[in-house]
Amino acid sequence: MKIPSISPTILLAAALLIYPLVFSGAFYLDVGVTFLLAAISASAWNIVGGYAGQVSVGHAMFFGLGAYAPLLCYTLFQWAPIAGIPFGIVFSIALAVLIGIPTFRLTGHYFSMATIAVAELIRIYFGTWDLVGAAIGLQGPATARGWWDLTFRSELPYYYIFLAVLAVLLYLTFMIERRRFGYYLRAIKAGERAARSLGVPVQQTKIKALVLSAVFTSLAGSLYSVKTGFIDPESGFGILVSVQMVIIAALGGAGRLYGPLVGALILIPLQTATNTWFGGGGTGLTFILYGGIIVLIARYEPGGLFELWERIAPRRWRHKNAS
Amino acid sequence: MLLLQVIVGGLLLGAIYALFSSGLTLIWGMMNFINFAHGEFVMLGMYVSLLVVVWLGGGPAAFGFTAAFSLFVLGVFVYLSLIRYVLRGPMLSQILSTFGLALLLRYTAFWIFSANFVSLPQTSLSGTLNVGGVLMPVPQLVAGVIAILLTIGLHLMLTRTKVGSQLLAVSEDRGAAMLMGIRPDRMQALAWGLSAGAAGIAGALMAIAYPWSPSVGETFGLTAFVVVALGGFGSVPGALLAGLIIGLIQALSAFWFGPIYKDIIVYALFVALLWLRPQGLMGKA
Repeated sequence: MKIPSISPTILLAAALLIYPLVFSGAFYLDVGVTFLLAAISASAWNIVGGYAGQVSVGHAMFFGLGAYAPLLCYTLFQWAPIAGIPFGIVFSIALAVLIGIPTFRLTGHYFSMATIAVAELIRIYFGTWDLVGAAIGLQGPATARGWWDLTFRSELPYYYIFLAVLAVLLYLTFMIERRRFGYYLRAIKAGERAARSLGVPVQQTKIKALVLSAVFTSLAGSLYSVKTGFIDPESGFGILVSVQMVIIAALGGAGRLYGPLVGALILIPLQTATNTWFGGGGTGLTFILYGGIIVLIARYEPGGLFELWERIAPRRWRHKNAS
Repeated sequence: MLLLQVIVGGLLLGAIYALFSSGLTLIWGMMNFINFAHGEFVMLGMYVSLLVVVWLGGGPAAFGFTAAFSLFVLGVFVYLSLIRYVLRGPMLSQILSTFGLALLLRYTAFWIFSANFVSLPQTSLSGTLNVGGVLMPVPQLVAGVIAILLTIGLHLMLTRTKVGSQLLAVSEDRGAAMLMGIRPDRMQALAWGLSAGAAGIAGALMAIAYPWSPSVGETFGLTAFVVVALGGFGSVPGALLAGLIIGLIQALSAFWFGPIYKDIIVYALFVALLWLRPQGLMGKA
């Protein structure tokens, strides 16, 4: 187990901190915020999908619950949207346990199938449920009634809030990596039977990982809806929300601390570029491309770019830069 | 009488579910592998049928055969170029390979055919049959009956023929089958061909009777998961029974609660099954 050396981490933190000061245009700021949000959700996915090796293809269910909760609290009770965040988290935890308990007794395929089925179920149901605005969705406060509404004209405050959340999540993941829980997760990923025979509480560990992952995915959803002030079933629970988490984490390196960051660093600019070049029609092409990339990762580089780098980079480079 | 009509409609659609789900269960039973792109195979079968009718002016026999054959080839190709390599790989590769393939096929179809619903131009199969007051559209009836026959045929092929025994031998014990002179790789490629071919012809049957768009692949894929889970993973007779049951449940829930609930109830049934009876009706415990 390699522990990230301090220097790349500090370099990364510094780069992310000064990014908005260097690229202060609204467009670059928007790309930066999108990057951070994608990195947060993919890092959250990474805990259960990467470290524990339980591949969820329906993480949008947690993202969507997290995204709906703040705007629902605002719509129903006129609360500040952030007051809804805990509700999103509570519902996400409940859902994680509901899915985790039956599927984690079976092989990993059942978990993947259940996640996509439940995410679709919720998406369809929210599309017909009047309380949550059915297919139209929900809106947040149009103008800020106070700082607590977190409705800013510039995206700069969001950038730093998201950066702080990402830092907390990565620090937590870093701590997990070094503790017993992290070793349990890797043992389960490497071989469940072997792990069990060595006394790893497999079921309990997998559920813990899923719950932790769900909490942060839900938080990412809340941040998204508080920032955009709008949510509908497709942007909350759509399959593409799940796809984005999977592909970003897997492209960088599933089960690697900085894997999702690397994935987001490549994919978000790529996505922005295709959307800018091809306009609205680019979205379809983007997802064809996503599908292709996912197949290629599965076939050739399940370890993602991190492992590819470790294999092909010259030795002297590897020692300095590998994390 | 209306209820009876709904029941018959549900069973006829369920027969097609049974056919494509038996393809999925074949793969699961043989190599413990779940194909997330199976619904997309059905969707492709539907578009192949459309192209055959529109471009070549072929009838139901022509497009049914073309859909089955082209999807068989695609299935073998997918196995040889992709699945073979991820089968022994980590779980991430196994899930992502066909999940990525599903996205690739689905969005390529969106790109080529647009998101609009289409249906086959009127073929020789049309009209309705009145059986004791229950009105049965001929296309649905023909599609449903053929689907049941093909599913039974697949089961007989697996249990009564030499090739079927070889397929089952590989699924029982790969190593022992190899010692008996069976080539597992070739059998697994054949299984993928049969599985995708079943999906393809199910798509052709579906196209006779129902309109569709590229997004149906996702719905069919998930429906197939539920059918396979209910019938028992790896069991073709289980898939037949479960397909009919799921078709019935869908029709009744659409009838009683509104069409939007038909998928919700089926997906909820899946979660309930995982809690209560993960081995399904006819699966091995």
